[in-house]
Amino acid sequence: MASATILRTSFLPKRSEWFAANSHQSTSHLQPTSVAFTVHAGAYSDELIKTAKSVASPGRGILAMDESNATCGKRLASIGLENTEANRQAYRTLLVSVPGLGQYISGAILFEETLYQSTIDGKKMVDVLKEQNIMPGIKVDKGLVPLAGSNNESWCQGLDGLASRCAAYYEQGARFAKWRTVVSIPNGPSALAVKEAAWGLARYASIAQDNGLVPIVEPEILLDGEHGIERTFEVALKVWAEVFFYMAENNVMFEGILLKPSMVTPGAECKERATPEQVSEYTLKLLQRRIPPAVPGIMFLSGGQSEVEATLNLNAMNQGANPWHVSFSYARALQNTCLKTWGGRPENVKAAQETLLVRAKANSLAQLGKYTGEGESEEAKKGMFVKGYTY
Amino acid sequence: MSCYKGKYHDELIANAAYIGTPGKGILAADESTGTIGKRLSSINVENVESNRRALRELLFCTPGALQYLSGVILFEETLYQKTAAGKPFVDVMKEAGVLPGIKVDKGTVELAGTNGETTTQGLDGLAQRCQKYYEAGARFAKWRAVLKISPTEPSQLAINENANGLARYAIICQENGLVPIVEPEILVDGPHDINKCADVSERVLAACYKALNDHHVLLEGTLLKPNMVTPGSESKKVAPEVVAEYTVRTLQRTMPPAVPAVVFLSGGQSEEEATLNLNAMNKFQGKKPWTLTFSFGRALQQSTLKAWQGKEENVDKAQAAFLKRCKANSEATLGVYKGDAGEGEGVSESLHVKDYKY
Repeated sequence: MASATILRTSFLPKRSEWFAANSHQSTSHLQPTSVAFTVHAGAYSDELIKTAKSVASPGRGILAMDESNATCGKRLASIGLENTEANRQAYRTLLVSVPGLGQYISGAILFEETLYQSTIDGKKMVDVLKEQNIMPGIKVDKGLVPLAGSNNESWCQGLDGLASRCAAYYEQGARFAKWRTVVSIPNGPSALAVKEAAWGLARYASIAQDNGLVPIVEPEILLDGEHGIERTFEVALKVWAEVFFYMAENNVMFEGILLKPSMVTPGAECKERATPEQVSEYTLKLLQRRIPPAVPGIMFLSGGQSEVEATLNLNAMNQGANPWHVSFSYARALQNTCLKTWGGRPENVKAAQETLLVRAKANSLAQLGKYTGEGESEEAKKGMFVKGYTY
Repeated sequence: MSCYKGKYHDELIANAAYIGTPGKGILAADESTGTIGKRLSSINVENVESNRRALRELLFCTPGALQYLSGVILFEETLYQKTAAGKPFVDVMKEAGVLPGIKVDKGTVELAGTNGETTTQGLDGLAQRCQKYYEAGARFAKWRAVLKISPTEPSQLAINENANGLARYAIICQENGLVPIVEPEILVDGPHDINKCADVSERVLAACYKALNDHHVLLEGTLLKPNMVTPGSESKKVAPEVVAEYTVRTLQRTMPPAVPAVVFLSGGQSEEEATLNLNAMNKFQGKKPWTLTFSFGRALQQSTLKAWQGKEENVDKAQAAFLKRCKANSEATLGVYKGDAGEGEGVSESLHVKDYKY
């Protein structure tokens, strides 16, 4: 039985191999303490650029299926299923085996358990994904904990031992990573929380690239709150300025990263709602003011929007040419109807898989700016905002 | 407030975008009295107001040249000068669709505790001066920060101090209706290679944009005037295509698409070199969501000066030389320059002066 949280040393690359791959790094410490200007090229530079470009390919986006065991448990509970490894395996098998998924999905983010799992037919999950032309990705953060000295805000853990974990995940077949930190507008956000979120992301990104994984950089500005869209915009501008500045200081190679921002919308409890055109206008302005063109792809999170809302907003953003691929990295907004259709029953698998394909195709069209919204179900339009959502 | 939203918001955006019109660029004619004196003495001309006026009239009144320019940066004295026939220079420009700009910094001073690194002065009373310049017809401003490369430079102090100065200057300009040209010049002096220049440029530009963002500057209403990314002056030269690749890559990594245009400084390159490099950048295939154009001083005026020699009878010849360079650089912004302005005295002459004090 796989024990998800203990790192199994048999999967670590041999010490000598690891040092050989990273030997160029060990000598960099011998440079004079006067300024060590780093040339961005590392052992994996070309591969990182290729991986990022592949994930950011036209008409495709990311399926986020990296729910931790606890969070996956909530999903399973919502359809009356027990949170066992077998059920998690059954559900993830359903997702990765959707025929033709690779036409619309370029990458799938996995939780550690899933990265080392096989499908119910005994095939490695990563192999199924690769055959589908879907890059396997891996969640590498260790979750949010309270940030001492802040206004009841959080910070994201996971830097300890991150280098060796990334190396192991690369060995297992992962080619990109994801780290989710959060910023809360009702709690400020305090300058401390923003700084910590940005610095943590920058350190993670640098370490991931060093070990062959394209880092998805995700500072989620939570939807919770009564604030209007202008306030979200202001906070987002500040957060992204910090994130990029610290990434530059950490010598992160921008051609080899992907971003996972939240769209700029009013808070969930704000009385004034925004149209897709307004969301698009504010979000694109944010991107134009903060994102250097070297970044190949921007994969938006859905953060509690309904399936249709998330698709409409993405479509609005792709009505003109952008200097980066503007796409999706959706979890709930791709999986919701699929999960409900499955209901845990083997006889529903095919139907469930079809609904996932429908959502994936809709978002693919949205990425190309061609989504029309015809034939959407009522289920798909239901909002999925959960107040105080813990992931 | 996310960034400047005051009364000049729309005008700043329109003017910044206009300066980046493809096919046009900036003539940097803002040499201080001291510096223009060096130019004049190189052709044995006395540094008096009438001669300074005559040189600028020669440039601004070259028939057919202004169509290639979207802006001219002036020194304060020139902003208030007129042609010999009595027409204010700003009117000559306005009628030709050229925006007058104004140098607003007050030069560099050394930073204590560094090895001769500098910061730029000029923030005191800047708001009032900008208002005055706006009334006189100026619509954009320029402030030059200077950094240098060595094994231990630029220091973090120099980077922080200059980035902050640029950001303060920028927001004050915007509040008073002037589009700020942000100029963090990294001097070409030194034996370093092009990779080093690229690394330093990325570091400096990241700091500049961080400071601009922290100070709530409206990026759509600014311009950037950086050095091109090249090897140091004591290092072997590279082809224009290499300069283009490194320079565009540096900008891709640091410049948000909200900034409408980059107006490169020539920094000691010869006239022809600067034009060829600019041309290569505009031919380069890659993501370039901003216009790439010129803001040249020496690289537009060198052969003109040489042809003029301060003599009335040489004005036609001098103006022909100036027109030629304007047209060549206009073509370079479109990536269609054929190298046919490469002949002529002074055109390929390096304009590099070690440890150049502007």
